[in-house]
Amino acid sequence: MQPEFDLVIPQSLHQALEMLQSSPAPARPLAGGTNLVVDMRSGRTISAALINISDLPELQEIQVSNGELMIGAAVTIASLQKNPLVRQHCQVLVQAADVFANPLIRNRATLGGNLADASPAADCAPPLLALDAEVELANISGCRRVSLADFFIGVRKNALQTGEILTAVYIPVPATGMSSAYYKIGLRKADAISVVSSAVSVKINDTRQVEHARIALGSVAPRPLRAVQAEACLRGYPLTAQTIKDASALAAREASPISDLRASADYRRKMVEVVVSRLLGQIKAQLKVQE
Amino acid sequence: MQPRIIRLTINQHSHQVAVMPNATLLRVLRENLGYLDVKNGCEKGDCGACTVLLNGKPVNSCLVFACQADGAEIITAAGMGSLDHPGVIQQSFADVGAAQCGYCTPGLVITTKALLDENPEPSEEQIREALSGNLCRCTGYGLIVKAVQIAAQRLAERHEEAQR
Repeated sequence: MQPEFDLVIPQSLHQALEMLQSSPAPARPLAGGTNLVVDMRSGRTISAALINISDLPELQEIQVSNGELMIGAAVTIASLQKNPLVRQHCQVLVQAADVFANPLIRNRATLGGNLADASPAADCAPPLLALDAEVELANISGCRRVSLADFFIGVRKNALQTGEILTAVYIPVPATGMSSAYYKIGLRKADAISVVSSAVSVKINDTRQVEHARIALGSVAPRPLRAVQAEACLRGYPLTAQTIKDASALAAREASPISDLRASADYRRKMVEVVVSRLLGQIKAQLKVQE
Repeated sequence: MQPRIIRLTINQHSHQVAVMPNATLLRVLRENLGYLDVKNGCEKGDCGACTVLLNGKPVNSCLVFACQADGAEIITAAGMGSLDHPGVIQQSFADVGAAQCGYCTPGLVITTKALLDENPEPSEEQIREALSGNLCRCTGYGLIVKAVQIAAQRLAERHEEAQR
C-alpha cells in the first residue's frame, strides 16, 4: 500500500514545530521511520503530513551538564552504542542498544522514536526507567519535562499532546556506588521483540544496606513499568539471597503479562522472577567487586 | 501531492530526479533510476535485501523516504563492481559459492563492505552480528561467513601491497 501524505523537511527544530502546528492533521514527526514507515504502509497509522526531524542538529546532541546526561531524540541506536558519554554513564542503555533489532535498523531507529512509539516492549524503556530518566516535550511555545514513567500511558499511547515533539531524554548521572544490569529474553539472537526484558539498578550505602533500588520491566504489562513493591522490599536491607528471592517474587506479581504469539502469560510471569533474580545476583557480585 | 526534485549521488554518479513525497528510496532507486541490483524482499525492514549504503551506513532503503535522502551519497551493490570487473567482496562471494538464488546477495555485499570498512579483521561472531539484518533463506549462512572472512583477508593483502 502506498499511502498519500505530504513530507516536509524543516531546517530547524523551531521550523519543525511550526510545521507540526500548521500541517493538515494528523501530522507526525518522522525520524528513522523504522516503525512509522511500516505502520503507514500497512495502514495501521494514517498521517496527512510527516515532518522530517531525522537531521535536525538540535536533536543530535549528547552531553553532560548539571549532573544529567542529555541525549537528543534523533540520536540513532547505533550512535548510542558508540558514544563515549553514554557508554560511561548509561551502560544499561548500551546493553539494550546492543540487542535492539539489527545493525541496519539501528542505523536509522532513534531513541526518541523508540520511546514515542510507546510499545510495551520498547527496548530502551527498562534501562531508562531504572535510571529515573525524564523526557523533554517541546511545542511552539516552549517545553516541559515529564518523567519517563509518566510518559508511557498505555499500549502505544504516550503523553505527547498535539503540536508536541519529544526532543530529548535526560538521565541523572548515576551516583558512585550504583550498579545496574539489563537482560532481554527474545526468541532469537537478533531482530527479536522482547518476550521479557528488565533493567535493575541498586545503590548500597556505607553500612551495606540498599539505599536505592529500581526494577524496570518490559513486555509484561500494557506499558514498561517499575516493580515498585519489589523495589521497596529491598530498601533498608542488605542485598542477600533471601531479599533477592523475595523481591523477584514480588516483581513477578506486579507484572500483568498477556499471552501472545511470542509467549504465554505464565511463562512471562515466571521469567520476570528468573530475570530479576539473575540481575540482582549480578549486581550483588558487581557491588562486591567494587568493595 | 506534488512531486519534488531531489539530488542523489549513486555509485558516484549525480542524479536529479522528481519524486513523490511518499516514495521510498528503494522504489526511487529501482523504478525511477533503474538500479535493479537493489532488491525488494519484504518492503518492511525485516529482510535486508534492499540494503544500500546511505552516507556510508548500511540501511534498509525501504524504510527511507527518498526526500529524506536528498543530497545523500548512496552506494549500491552495482557500485562495488561489475560482472567484468567484480570487487573483492563480490569475487569472494562467487569464489566460495556463497550465493544460491542470489536475492539476498546484493544487500549482503553492501553490509559486508560496511563491516570491513569499520572492522577489517572481524571475528566470526562479529561477522554474524553485523550481518544479522540480512536474511538468507537458501544458504544457511555458513559460506556467507566464509566469503566475508576471505574478503577480509584479500582486502588486507591488497592494503599491504599498496603500502609497499
